[in-house]
Formats: sequence, C-alpha cells, structure tokens
Amino acid sequence: MGRSLKKGPFYDEHLHRKVEMLNTASRKRVVKTWSRRSTILPEWVNHTIAVYNGKKFIPVFITENMVGHKLGEFAVTRTFRGHAGSAKSGRGA
Amino acid sequence: MARFEGVDIPDNKRAEVSLTYLYGIGPARARSLLYRAGIDFGKRMGALDDHEITALRQLLEDEGAVEGALRKEVSMNIRRLMEIGCYRGLRHRRSLPVRGQRTHTNARTRKGPRRGQIANKKKATK
Repeated sequence: MGRSLKKGPFYDEHLHRKVEMLNTASRKRVVKTWSRRSTILPEWVNHTIAVYNGKKFIPVFITENMVGHKLGEFAVTRTFRGHAGSAKSGRGA
Repeated sequence: MARFEGVDIPDNKRAEVSLTYLYGIGPARARSLLYRAGIDFGKRMGALDDHEITALRQLLEDEGAVEGALRKEVSMNIRRLMEIGCYRGLRHRRSLPVRGQRTHTNARTRKGPRRGQIANKKKATK
C-alpha cells in the first residue's frame, strides 16, 4: 500500500538540508549519505549523491526520472558472483 | 462483427464478456463502459445497434489507454525503470521477479523453463 498523500514523501531532513545548502550556493558536490530510505525529491535533480550500500558509497547522479524513488534503490546491497560450478563469471574476489 | 480499437472482433458473447477481449478492459471496466452507455450487460455484442456501438466507441475513446497505447505505456514504464538503474530495473533486465519474491525455488514465470545439467541428470538416472 502506498503512503498517505497527506504526509507527503518521506525523506531525511539532514540530507535535504545539505542538498538545499548546495542549491542556494548553486554549487555541486557529492553528498555522502546513509539515508537510503529517503525519497528522491525534485530539488535534488542534477546533484550527485553517494549512497551507502553497507560497504561503499555508490555515487548516484539524480535525474528527473528518478524522482519519487528511494535512494536505496540505486545502490545495490548484495554481491552476487554466480553459483558454484557455473561456467561464466568466476567466483571469489 | 463489431470492431474496436483496431483488430479485436469479439462477437456472439454477452457484451460484458465480449469487451474484455480488449487489452486493458477487464470485467470491471467492461461493466462500467456498458453502464455509462446505457446498455444491458447481458445483451449480445452482435445484437447491439449502431447507436450503441458508436456510444461505446466514444466512451472507449475517453477511457484512456487501451490496447496498443496501453501496451506501449507499460513497456515504456519498464524501460524507464531499466534506464535509471534502480533495483526494479535491474530485476527486469535479468528477467527475475521484481517484487521481492523468492527465487531459491519457484519464480518460473519470470525465469522460464528449468535449465541446467543437474535437472537433466536426475531425469536420466531415474
């Protein structure tokens, strides 16, 4: 079930504050964040946000199409290296 | 023979059933259309007069995407997901279930027929 429209999209205030600061200063910088749960807002378009996947920060360039999705959708948390014995894509680091 | 939205020609069935032959028209939308056109649900499609047909056609026009337009819309939505590189897009690219279902077993609709030597071996030894 979707979220109530009354409440508006969910996002973490600390992240929004940072991006807005960049907006008012009309500067671009990669913003690191752990807030995978935040909905991408229209104001963030054209910024690069580095989303933590549990190990690294994955830089995500926000485009208009991404508005409404959550940041976490763009930084995959799993490493799948293929199954044992499958010929292609060898296993291990 | 009635023709709606191109090629579809459903006939000699109850109107509410016949309309569901259109992509994007299910039982609910079919009844809603007929209700608004003032046509009895049970009336056979072939028994509709020209007025009723044109009324239906007009309603279909205002109904929004059906058939080709709807198919296009759906595939565009999927393409969008794939292009922005989000998780759902990645699942579509690999043709795996998109909505968090298990893939350890099942998921055959998305994955297609079973393949791999192990499955074949078992069959051979039995």
